[in-house]
Amino acid sequence: MRGLSLFLGCLVPNRYPGIELATKLCLAKMDIDCSDLPGASCCPAPGVFRSFDKTSWLTLASRNIVLSEELERDVLTICNGCFSTLADANHIIQDDEKAKEKVNIHLLKIGRQVKGNIDVRHIIEYLYQEYGPEKISSFVERPLDVRIAVHYGCHLIKPTKDRGLGNSERPVFFDELITALGATSVDYPDKMACCGAGGGMRSAMKERSLKMTEAKLAKIQEAGVDCIVNSCPFCHMQLDSGQDDIKELTGTEFEIPVLHYTQLLGLALGFPAEMLGIDTSIEKNRKLMELLDSQLES
Amino acid sequence: MDEMTGENININEQLKEASTNALRCMQCGVCSSSCPSGRHTSLNIRKLVKIAGRSSDILKSDELWMCTTCYNCQERCPRGIDIVDTILKIRSISAYHNIILPEHRAVCQMLLKYGHAVPINDDYKIKRTEMGLEELPETVHKYTDSLNEVKELLTSCGFERFTEDNTDENKTMENTA
Repeated sequence: MRGLSLFLGCLVPNRYPGIELATKLCLAKMDIDCSDLPGASCCPAPGVFRSFDKTSWLTLASRNIVLSEELERDVLTICNGCFSTLADANHIIQDDEKAKEKVNIHLLKIGRQVKGNIDVRHIIEYLYQEYGPEKISSFVERPLDVRIAVHYGCHLIKPTKDRGLGNSERPVFFDELITALGATSVDYPDKMACCGAGGGMRSAMKERSLKMTEAKLAKIQEAGVDCIVNSCPFCHMQLDSGQDDIKELTGTEFEIPVLHYTQLLGLALGFPAEMLGIDTSIEKNRKLMELLDSQLES
Repeated sequence: MDEMTGENININEQLKEASTNALRCMQCGVCSSSCPSGRHTSLNIRKLVKIAGRSSDILKSDELWMCTTCYNCQERCPRGIDIVDTILKIRSISAYHNIILPEHRAVCQMLLKYGHAVPINDDYKIKRTEMGLEELPETVHKYTDSLNEVKELLTSCGFERFTEDNTDENKTMENTA
């Protein structure tokens, strides 16, 4: 198995650095060979840039892939959007010789050439396929007895013909990675529904995008959970800071903690919340940590 | 400008080519009933599929930009129509003809300037260092040569057309669409 390079994207390093740190801590503790990917850019984001111009989208994505090819490592993404762009671009490079030639004409100007000889991974499918729930369980130092609403997000699993992770209607692999940590994955209506952020909606039509978010949060609240766990910083932002936006717009308060899977995994591996960027100065997060601490004492 | 006018004449041809797949649509409505955006916005994806390739009015439609690209409709379409991929192609035709929402133009400007759609700011530089991370991540933010590579590639692809608001082209569009 090739080693990995960590593709950060935009939101993780620039808005949720806690997810970056949590990811690095977890990978190191599990002894997974993963290097930095110096000089990487925006993936570029599929919802906006792929919508506007496929050529520049594919060319910039290919540059990010080349950087990892030069390290002879597979790309590891921790964002559904980055996964969508880089995995789709990689398939195009691998399957369409003409498209690859065209991209390489642009890349030649910066002295690089894309080959198409590595894979693009997402941390959720990587952990599931290369380790599996049982092996993940063996790393757990602090079982987390909490009720979790799993949010897969759209682009981790769809389009299914390109992702190859099975049917998108009722997937279970992410849930199994949750139960591997001692937690309960709580079923809720519209579990597979979009957070509302994608496709350029959040940037250009924020209020409308938040209506989708509010509907999803309401279903999650009814199900009665201790937190939401996602695999994408863009969904994370929509579900997390979206709660503040919704409160301002409609007065509806949810107060549901939102964690990226790497942050939850970090807690289970024994790292304290502060090291994982889980802001315990926020009331909702503090309650979750108090619940976990009470379990540790009992 | 002459070249742009020539392109505009071809809008209908471009839309037709982008939407051949949608001709298989039998208007069953599975797409609309699967659409999370359609529950909360005016997006009626069944209607968009119906007019795709038939009328350049689709380029003036706000609904074209209300799709979150969740792929539910595409996954469930009984005729196997690549609905989201078609929407993306039509959006590209729209953007290419300078019909692009101002917020999206701003995101393009960010990418060209910083190499990130969401660049870092001072607050998050402080947050990073407080956490024990380096102030700047291992991305184009830290390496000027890398940022220059990104800019050179975007220029090579003609990406500036999406960052510059060319109102003359908008007028041309108004006359032909």
